Amino acid sequence: MTALPFDAPIGALAAVLIIPGAAAALLVLLPGYWLSARLNVLAALATFMAALMLLFERPTPGGYLFVDDLNVVFIVLATLVGFTTSAFSASYIGHELEIGRLTPRYLRFYHAMYQTLMFSMNLALTANNIGLMWVAIELATLTTVLMVGIYRTHEALEAAWKYFILGSVGIALALFGTILVYMAARPVLGEGQDAMVWTVLIGKAAGFSPELLNVAFVFLMLGYGTKVGLAPLHAWLPDAHAEGPTPISAVLSGLLLNVALYALLRFKMLLAANPAALAPGPLMVSLGLLSLIFAGFMLYRRRDIKRMFAYSSIEHMGIITFAFGMGGPLANFAGLLHMVMHSLTKSAIFFAVGHIAQAKGTQRIADIRGLTQSHPVLGWGLVLGVAAIAGLPPLGIFMSEFLIVSSTFARAPLLALLVVAGLLIAFGALFLRLNEIAFGEPTGSTAPVKASYVPLFAHLALVAMAGVYLPAPLVAWFQSVARLLG
Amino acid sequence: MSAHLFDIAHMLAGGLVLVSFMLLYQDRMFALLNVFALHAVVLSASVAWQGFVQGAPHLLITATIALVLKGIIIPLALRRMVVRLGIHRTIETVVGIGPTMLAGMGLVALSMVVMLRATAEADPLAREDLALALSVVLLGLMMMVTRRNAVSQVVGFMSLENGLVLAATGAKGMPLVVEISIAFSVLIAFIVIGVFLFRIRERFDSVDVAALDAFRGERQ
Repeated sequence: MTALPFDAPIGALAAVLIIPGAAAALLVLLPGYWLSARLNVLAALATFMAALMLLFERPTPGGYLFVDDLNVVFIVLATLVGFTTSAFSASYIGHELEIGRLTPRYLRFYHAMYQTLMFSMNLALTANNIGLMWVAIELATLTTVLMVGIYRTHEALEAAWKYFILGSVGIALALFGTILVYMAARPVLGEGQDAMVWTVLIGKAAGFSPELLNVAFVFLMLGYGTKVGLAPLHAWLPDAHAEGPTPISAVLSGLLLNVALYALLRFKMLLAANPAALAPGPLMVSLGLLSLIFAGFMLYRRRDIKRMFAYSSIEHMGIITFAFGMGGPLANFAGLLHMVMHSLTKSAIFFAVGHIAQAKGTQRIADIRGLTQSHPVLGWGLVLGVAAIAGLPPLGIFMSEFLIVSSTFARAPLLALLVVAGLLIAFGALFLRLNEIAFGEPTGSTAPVKASYVPLFAHLALVAMAGVYLPAPLVAWFQSVARLLG
Repeated sequence: MSAHLFDIAHMLAGGLVLVSFMLLYQDRMFALLNVFALHAVVLSASVAWQGFVQGAPHLLITATIALVLKGIIIPLALRRMVVRLGIHRTIETVVGIGPTMLAGMGLVALSMVVMLRATAEADPLAREDLALALSVVLLGLMMMVTRRNAVSQVVGFMSLENGLVLAATGAKGMPLVVEISIAFSVLIAFIVIGVFLFRIRERFDSVDVAALDAFRGERQ
């Protein structure tokens, strides 16, 4: 692509990693809520700017880091949602401090961890070495475990423990798969560094032992699949979303699941490059479908508002995995679009839900009624978000789901029917609950809440816009990525 | 000469699988921790031997880390924790020892069948090492499933990570990054777990994970 009009003192790629890393170190030292919350937002904004520069500046791939058309989509999305969530977090956390749920000491820890999480996610996305990528995802897991347990309540501890145990097992299986990929590559590429570098691996994958790659992919699928939250490996996800601070729920759903999915996609590309290896598609299609339908049914029994949207995340990660599993330019394009739309919409929903739970002092759906009357802006924000996530036209998710279903119909009509069934099941559950939450006689506190509406409506505006009109450069960009994915 | 080198490497890796079996049937906390220390010592010997066979001195670092951290420091720390919490007499398994051992044998057979078939072209030292490593990983996984106590789950997890270290060192010439990161991650994992154990203790006077099950899934 075109070069930058000016000389940056450090490369954008380094900046994406250095800014959150340095900010984390600084935030450990800084006392005081006011300053650290603002610094957190500032650092996230700077990281987002650096990520945008990556669109124009493509450094040559190194042994450890690289940027290509695929991961730049994930990086820009991650830093954007990271930035808006930090803005939401500033007001959310301020309220938690006021009511004494968090002490200033924990807050310092929280902000440092937030930036560490951003750092580790960016590292995982830019890593050119499969070992380094694994280390980064492990770091991201550990940081989020600590954040989920930050309230120190009975429920938060159980959620964090469950997440930690399941996450570690997943991560351990993924490491075993990574070692197997190295073993497969070693006879072709020789010992040492080269046999773990993406850009080298993908070029030589055709010569690898297909049996080893197959076994490796099964481990990687189970390992990283646990982190994506695919059924039946999803057990940690609802608890972790429900019990942690809401900004963390937004980051988990909007970003971390995507990062794990990105790792999975990379290995899928590796397998696809080897003609004798097992086709990774059917495995992803079946796990994706299972997640979609399972989560759709589970949505009906939810009584906790954050838990409900956590199940909705499982559902959507299922759809995305399904689309990438189907493969082909159109399904990949739709999967990519759906991933972006889901990240934006789901984090917007969590922004709304976070303030709603603060306003009402509860997360129980039964205790939240008539929001559109008691808190009209939040209430209608939530209605809009749920309409988007359920896939109502003309919003963005409708478009990506439509593309997924129509591209599947052309190739496997039966599978498309299953997808539609799953979508309708989830649709029914979401609107059943939304009706109770948003309309009817208001219950509970009607006191106004200090909320930041900008991140919420910025996301929703992007989603609404994408449903009506996708800019041509964006379409061309996503199409080239879809071709890359094969 | 190379036949002897292989034999010793196999003996050590096989020894690790054997110690994994020993972990499965321990029903006292202290005995469990002792066997885990033995697990780490065998791992360390195996890694050091691999370093010698492959002519890779950096593996000695990994061996030392395994010996010092997992063979000495972590078992001692866990022992202190167990004493302080007063849970040294209790261990409860979900499944009986007999079925657990049988299932363990099944897992070892499974990993042999899978790995030996998949790695037909790799060199013999690496492929058999890998098969044994997978056995250790699966046995560790099973231990986590069959134990209810948080401390024994942690031990199960660490024995699983030992299996991963065995696999990583068996893969000849694998960059050091990964090995150090594994050792490092164990340390981090330990800190995290330590924090949790103490917090759990603070709140519920128990490290039995079943005590956490009161809250399952939904709040009514």
